[in-house]
Amino acid sequence: MPTTNQTDYFGQPDARGHFGRYGGMFVSETLMGPLRELREAYEKYILDESFLAELDADLQDYVGRPSPLYFARRLSERRGGARIYLKREDLNHTGAHKVNNTIGQALLARRMGKTRIIAETGAGQHGVATATVAARLGLECVVYMGAVDIARQEANVYRMRMLGAKVVAVESGSKTLKDALNEAMRDWVTNIDNTFYIIGTVAGPHPYPAMVRDFQAVIGREAREQILRQTGKLPDALVACVGGGSNAIGLFYPFLNDASVAMYGVEAAGKGLETGCHAAPLCAGTPGVLHGNRTYLMQDKDGQIIETHSISAGLDYPGVGPEHAWLKDSGRANYVAVTDQEALDAFHELTRREGIIPALESSHALAYATGLAASMKPDQIVLVNLSGRGDKDMHTVAALDGMKV
Amino acid sequence: MSRIKQRFEQLQAQHKTALIPFVTAGDPNPEVTVPLMHAMVDSGASMIELGVPFSDPMADGPVIQRANERALKQHISLRDVIGMVRRFREQDSATPVILMGYLNPIEALGYQRFAELAGEAGVDGVITVDIPPEEAEDYLTALRTHRIDAIFLLAPTSDEQRIKQICDAASGFVYYVSVKGTTGSASLAIGEVAGKLFHIRKATRLPIGVGFGIKDPESAQAVAQVADAVIVGSVLVNRIEALTEQPEAIAPELSNSISQMRTAMDLI
Repeated sequence: MPTTNQTDYFGQPDARGHFGRYGGMFVSETLMGPLRELREAYEKYILDESFLAELDADLQDYVGRPSPLYFARRLSERRGGARIYLKREDLNHTGAHKVNNTIGQALLARRMGKTRIIAETGAGQHGVATATVAARLGLECVVYMGAVDIARQEANVYRMRMLGAKVVAVESGSKTLKDALNEAMRDWVTNIDNTFYIIGTVAGPHPYPAMVRDFQAVIGREAREQILRQTGKLPDALVACVGGGSNAIGLFYPFLNDASVAMYGVEAAGKGLETGCHAAPLCAGTPGVLHGNRTYLMQDKDGQIIETHSISAGLDYPGVGPEHAWLKDSGRANYVAVTDQEALDAFHELTRREGIIPALESSHALAYATGLAASMKPDQIVLVNLSGRGDKDMHTVAALDGMKV
Repeated sequence: MSRIKQRFEQLQAQHKTALIPFVTAGDPNPEVTVPLMHAMVDSGASMIELGVPFSDPMADGPVIQRANERALKQHISLRDVIGMVRRFREQDSATPVILMGYLNPIEALGYQRFAELAGEAGVDGVITVDIPPEEAEDYLTALRTHRIDAIFLLAPTSDEQRIKQICDAASGFVYYVSVKGTTGSASLAIGEVAGKLFHIRKATRLPIGVGFGIKDPESAQAVAQVADAVIVGSVLVNRIEALTEQPEAIAPELSNSISQMRTAMDLI
């Protein structure tokens, strides 16, 4: 007999984009019409066979899906404890999970007749993934990027420009990802007639958190099937890093109703949660409203958004997707934080023991996962989302070793 | 009767349109704001719109973004802005004051606490850029309890159903955003504005203010012919920015701009 009081995790969000008390649509009136138009197009095409066939074909032949699920034997043996499996999103075209979403949204933009794509980017990974699909579809592309981030991510800026995108330096506020998002919103409100805004994470106003999750859920769907095929059982724990939270929700979502699977979202503790220099709104922030949704934020007592710190630019964001806020409060997922130093150690450990150079973002997940696995039994399984590769981080890591590359 | 309603009725009896200047509270420093509010009233402002500084002003163009940054450098909080209104009320009990800002500072203070403090200080209306009526139930309850008008924005992209929904939730007046874009971004097209106001008037008997894109006495005059209130922001804030180093010159300069607009509007 079915229980009636069990949460249906697949039933979220509600019609107006709420995950419990989080999410929603907190935007200026000018955007309410365009957001409704987007929601209607999305709801139509996500059930449309020709759209889904086009998306699947691109994910297979252009992105290279399915991405492998890899048993990291030497990493697992070193610590003892549970077996660690890696979902290899680092092997995707453009080097991270971001492209799963940009392909989906760009195809949607084309169906909606939009000719101009805009995006925000922090480290540049979402910007590169957007510029890439815009080049392929022949769409005009403008990427907003904080002036501070442009200075520390030169290679990705060059990459976007080579792909034909215009990269606009954002000089307002803290000149980082959150300000780039503000500026992209301003562009959108000014050019809504021909422009599609591709948000890179599961934040923003409804329908973005649900739409980006649905495009990223391919990660969890594949991983669930692969782990069952390889081991005959479900994993005991999932681990993924959380900035805005798109790779984590992509992995978690298809497992939400599997009660035996524990979930850990790993935030950036930066120099340590106690120092205040971090990017961990779920672990150390409070609920508020930013960028169109209600969620946990890094803010001061007056409700001003405060600056974040992380060694990985991709986690350097003061908010987090509203579904994570809801999963935290409901207790379904656990949120923890890992320092810059712990992430760096994990970065080197995976590189040396498995010959895989992970992104600094994903290294946060690895750092937590290896500790967690060590406390578990050898017949148990920890599945980690290796959300991106570390090529983009060479200069950051080299600089810590006193070298310039 | 609320001060806003009273002021609109007075103006209507005189066949005048309201002129509502916007400045960011605490820009460029907290001492400037209250005397500036009085000076603007003396030179013809019908009501005052006071911007509450926020770290992430998504609906604002570069001019007002920088005003927010200048005010935040002085650590101006929502409580400080309410304090400025309280001081303004010591000498002016008639001119309506409207706060305009973003939701998060109000969330941080709490809707009820905010409405209580603002109401006590003499705030008459609140415009919160990023709260549409469908998210505003608790917010509206708090404002109504303390007799503060909830002023909502309407946009060129608002269809008839939304116009009705918003007008039903609004009180005081409704604020028509005349351009697709951020504050200060473009010049408005008066023909389009007039056409949209015609539709809005079918949905409500509330006065209609028009803002975004009014840059000079000519555009103020043009808008005054179709609207009940003309709202002017970026062009004033731009002058404040130019006078950051001579704050004593700000009030005379803005008074001059406002009286020119007032004169042009009164010619119709």
